[in-house]
Amino acid sequence: MRQLVRKLVTLVPTILLVSLLTFLLTSLLPGDPALQVLQGAEPTQEAIEAVRKDLGLDKPLPIRYLNYVADVAQGDFGRSYRTRQPVLEAIGERLPVTLEIGLFALIVSIVLAVPLGVFSAYRANGVVDRSITTASFGLLAIPSFMTALLLLYFFAVYLKVLPATGWTRLTEDVGKNLKGVILPATALGIGQLAVYTRLLRSDMIATLQEDFVSMARAKGLPTWRILFRHALRPSSFSLLTIIGLQVGNLIGGAVIVEQFFALPGIGRLLFDAISQRDLVMVQGVVLFLALSTVFANFAVDLLYTVLDPRIRRGASAA
Amino acid sequence: MAQAQPDLDSPDLPTSAEGAASPGAAAGSGLAVDPNTAGITIAGPKKKRPRVFYYAAIGWLILVVFCAVFANLLPVKDPNFGIVANRLEPPGPGGILGSDDLGRDILARLVFGARVSLIVSLTAVFVGSIVGGTIGLTAGFFRGRYERVVMSLVDVILAFPALVLLLALVAFVGQSLSTIALVVGFLAIPAYTRVARATTLSVSQREYVLAARAMGAKDSRILFKELLPNVALPVVAFGLVALGLVIVAEGSLAFLGLSVKFPTATWGSMIAAGKIHIRTAPHLALLPSLAMFLTVLSLNYVGDQLRSRFDVRSSSL
Repeated sequence: MRQLVRKLVTLVPTILLVSLLTFLLTSLLPGDPALQVLQGAEPTQEAIEAVRKDLGLDKPLPIRYLNYVADVAQGDFGRSYRTRQPVLEAIGERLPVTLEIGLFALIVSIVLAVPLGVFSAYRANGVVDRSITTASFGLLAIPSFMTALLLLYFFAVYLKVLPATGWTRLTEDVGKNLKGVILPATALGIGQLAVYTRLLRSDMIATLQEDFVSMARAKGLPTWRILFRHALRPSSFSLLTIIGLQVGNLIGGAVIVEQFFALPGIGRLLFDAISQRDLVMVQGVVLFLALSTVFANFAVDLLYTVLDPRIRRGASAA
Repeated sequence: MAQAQPDLDSPDLPTSAEGAASPGAAAGSGLAVDPNTAGITIAGPKKKRPRVFYYAAIGWLILVVFCAVFANLLPVKDPNFGIVANRLEPPGPGGILGSDDLGRDILARLVFGARVSLIVSLTAVFVGSIVGGTIGLTAGFFRGRYERVVMSLVDVILAFPALVLLLALVAFVGQSLSTIALVVGFLAIPAYTRVARATTLSVSQREYVLAARAMGAKDSRILFKELLPNVALPVVAFGLVALGLVIVAEGSLAFLGLSVKFPTATWGSMIAAGKIHIRTAPHLALLPSLAMFLTVLSLNYVGDQLRSRFDVRSSSL
């Protein structure tokens, strides 16, 4: 418990820096933010002044930052300049969609990557391993919007088994909702699949050289048991790290995939805010996503202690 | 196009030591590659295989660069001039690859789209590798507080989802070719910093560096004469993979309609425009996808090969 608190404290400077960067993002960019907000019509001087006052732009930069941090710390991310909706409320409305896609994407990639990676390592340099390695190398060169396009073409246009676009809420119709999730989640998950498979394969090959694996084999344990019970757990550390690091990529991919399949998620919210020059909303969503990434990596850090008892005891296993 | 297409199922792929895990491993969907965790090479005897795939990849890259550089001189149609009567024409005798929804020649647009990809990716990688490489080299060499400050900044920037930051920056800074290239380059700096620092850390423990120091060489001499040549190669190899990442990033921007403005042809915007007609004329979206796929694949592959050749951690004295 004390360790947890100590680790949480180390997060504070990171969080402050992240918030500073997000704040500067919209403050240091060229052009008057007030003009960006009032884009289109010929604004009067009074209108500009009113917007500036409303956004707090009449105060000096450091004060604005302090105000911003104080507001955010109290859970006030500001209000959208277009819809007057509180930013956090808008995020809350959209979050379930993105979470659902992200979660299913993670499941798709892990469920496929673990058997593929384990089998590649088990029969390293065999025909299957070589095909998997080649295929994953190819997959790495396919961005998410291309995967989405190919999936859409094959399943929605050619086979006509899945809906091309649109979103049904989970509370409305579970079956329809799940059907709508399959394509976006697969498009998002396949990009991660290759990364995970390759990583797990190389770690697993290293683990299979260890003495305890020979020991297990000598005891006459069945192969699947050695692979999945003995070797998988110690091989999964870098996989876990990478999954944490991929949260950022997953979010980036979600922006594209949500746009592609017309899903009302956070990525769409960000994209719409950007196209409407809704500065406060952009700032809030970017901050929210960056903080989520930070906390996701923090959670992965904690998971280590569960997986590896050596870290739990505080002995630094280098 | 087809003649340079590498055969993916060919058994000529070196898979053992070279292909195991690489910076390209994280090349999937964004800019955030973590070079620290990605450089694992499995020890084992290297088999000599015919390098058909390697040369096919290089050949395709040369073709793309050639098209991009000489787009004006090549005997292709005007990429922005459309004949409405020809719209959505399938590949055939009229135009080799057919025409798009405005009747514009797809081959011409592919050729000119290569130019955008080339300019953006080269500029971005150049900026990122020079700035990030320098920062990483000095951080790994001087260590101390400077290194701590630099690396914590790097960590914070990498905490942002790369594409999200890219979207926000490009949307507010502007959508010209140069700003996109510079913003992408700027966002890539932390990744190069990490690669350069990690390599510097391992190289500076080498015997010849210690020897130079023992002989009384100045810091600047060690930095430029001993470290730089050894750090530069992995950074360049990473840069090749990063070229692919940048092409994907620009493609994603273009797909969202936030890249270079209409009607300039880019592969990403061609894919986005073709998506609408996927039911009736799939070649509109599939041809630029194929071009982008082959280019990124070739860059990943060549970069991967170079990286494993220059990887100081796996080479022995």
